[in-house]
Amino acid sequence: MLRTGAVLVAGIIGAVVLNAVLAEFIDDYVVRVINLCGVAIVLAVSLNVINGLCGQFSLGHAGFMAIGAYVCSLFTTTQRYYDAASAQYVSEPSLAARMAEMFGADLAAAGSEQLQSIAAWGFLPGLIAGGVVSALAGLVVGIPALRLRGDYLAIATLGFGEIVRVVITNIPQIGGATGLPGLPPLANTSWIFAVCVVCIVFSVNLQRSTFGRALIAIRENELAAEIMGVRIARMKVMAFIYGAFFAGVAGGLLAHLLQTISPATFNFMKSIEVVVMLVLGGLGSLTGAVVGAIVLTVLPEALRDVEREVNLPGIRMVVYALVLILLMIFRPQGIFGQRELSLKLLRRVIPGGRK
Amino acid sequence: MTALLETKGLTIRFGGLTAVDDFNFVITPGELCGLIGPNGAGKTTVFNMLTGVYLPTAGTVHFDGARINGKSPAQVAALGVSRTFQNIRLFDELSVLENAMTGAHRHAKINLFDSLLRTPRHYREEQRQRDKAYRLLEFMGLEDRAGLTARQLPYGHRRKLEIARALATEPKLICLDEPAAGMNTLEKGELSILIRRIRDELGVTVLLIEHDMKLVMGICERIQVLDYGKTIAMGTPREIQNNPKVIEAYLGGE
Ligand SMILES: Nc1ncnc2c1ncn2[C@@H]1O[C@H](COP(=O)(O)OP(=O)(O)O)[C@@H](O)[C@H]1O
Ligand SMILES: [Mg+2]
Repeated sequence: MLRTGAVLVAGIIGAVVLNAVLAEFIDDYVVRVINLCGVAIVLAVSLNVINGLCGQFSLGHAGFMAIGAYVCSLFTTTQRYYDAASAQYVSEPSLAARMAEMFGADLAAAGSEQLQSIAAWGFLPGLIAGGVVSALAGLVVGIPALRLRGDYLAIATLGFGEIVRVVITNIPQIGGATGLPGLPPLANTSWIFAVCVVCIVFSVNLQRSTFGRALIAIRENELAAEIMGVRIARMKVMAFIYGAFFAGVAGGLLAHLLQTISPATFNFMKSIEVVVMLVLGGLGSLTGAVVGAIVLTVLPEALRDVEREVNLPGIRMVVYALVLILLMIFRPQGIFGQRELSLKLLRRVIPGGRK
Repeated sequence: MTALLETKGLTIRFGGLTAVDDFNFVITPGELCGLIGPNGAGKTTVFNMLTGVYLPTAGTVHFDGARINGKSPAQVAALGVSRTFQNIRLFDELSVLENAMTGAHRHAKINLFDSLLRTPRHYREEQRQRDKAYRLLEFMGLEDRAGLTARQLPYGHRRKLEIARALATEPKLICLDEPAAGMNTLEKGELSILIRRIRDELGVTVLLIEHDMKLVMGICERIQVLDYGKTIAMGTPREIQNNPKVIEAYLGGE
């Protein structure tokens, strides 16, 4: 507990420092890519619990992200929408603003700076609420998913993501198909790094526990796991809830990084992207998920420069696809397979290193 | 003595095939019994019905006074029946120790947050599982291999690890499905001693499916013989060896 606590505290302090350092010395574009990497890491590491450890092939991550993103935005952002009944634009203050009002703040008189800080106070509760609502969705998806396997599960979870999208599209109060513009830019490197640390620490702790072993047992041989007394249904649903929680939080982060969200932000390609990160890194490997997330976030950006250089617009996606195809041919188990990147492994790989 | 496990009229059909027909069997606590028969006789199918994998078409299974046919494998496991598999089913990517620890998982009394936050309860549970698993690996002679992944184990050791894992669930009854298959003579000798020790030292009742007649006849106190799903003989090893029906089933079958 001490070690976990120490790592968490150190991580969060590090997050604050990191943000200050990055903002000071590093170009905004690079900071943005780093932030996107952080969100991708949370997504990949959380999906790894469902797909990698438990072996339940889920394509529902975009749906969980969308739920987290929209719930979080309710806390931080004034929602403006066209009300067909009264034929005029209506403006709903954010939950944070309403809370502030309850505590006696006068919003009408507040300056924009004050409004911003009120929105900022709504961010953490928003992220948590987004995670919790998404986790509930994970429970709802996890239970029917118990009856499905392999391709069928993949299709069902894909369907879930699409349902979430369609539902959001049809709620004008949260922007409908056009989406929500004007989210405050709250997701800085501090927040993202802190969530990353929490997600990674918890996921490592999960993986190295009786629950992690039970999940892997289910993946390796479900019947044997069940005969050993592993409660399959409970463990699978737990994996979905856990994965969905962090996907929801990541959705909240992404929303406040992009500052504009719409249902299209969370289409099924987003889910596929996260799955590709996992497969690239090695399904079931947490360090693989981290590396996969970073590579697949940085690669398209790096290729953007290449594209400009050779003056062949579009070549970026071709190279990107080629890299993936080559990887699948020469290393179908992913960069790390199911192993973890550790000092021991490094020593073995680096020539001249101790064995 | 009252029965630990008792089946009455246990029958299962797969389409037109009656794989097990009217199987009646009793085992009392502390016994070491054998279930034999030619390939395809229905032995594994019996195990599958005892452990909740298959739902019998007819008949009942009682274990420790409770009716268990219709219960799920995990529920049956919780009551104290464990087993190994003819086609080995280890958790290949887990280490040998972790495989055995998985058997001890079902006794864990911690929740997810204990593990996420690494509370003292989490560490105690890990220690308990590790101790339990390690003791059973020692018992099966696998302690030197504890750190290997299961897939790295040679065949004979894989079968032993399955037994260690099953024992880690702390069963009252362990069902071993051809544990000696693929072992050489030396390993078979060791295994027969181990199986007896499971009963004598750990106090676990043993039901054994095995093709190696020397092994079965050497350690079982009572044997029941299946052929085409039907019981054709039951009795002591000596009675079975001299039973003309059994001899015919084996000669005709192979
Ligand atoms: N799930 C199943 N579906 C159809 N037939 C089965 C199934 N399981 C077992 N059988 C059949 O039942 C018979 C008995 O098989 P089994 O119990 O494996 O024999 P044994 O273990 O004695 O060698 C075989 O004919 C087998 O094909
Ligand atoms: Mg068999």
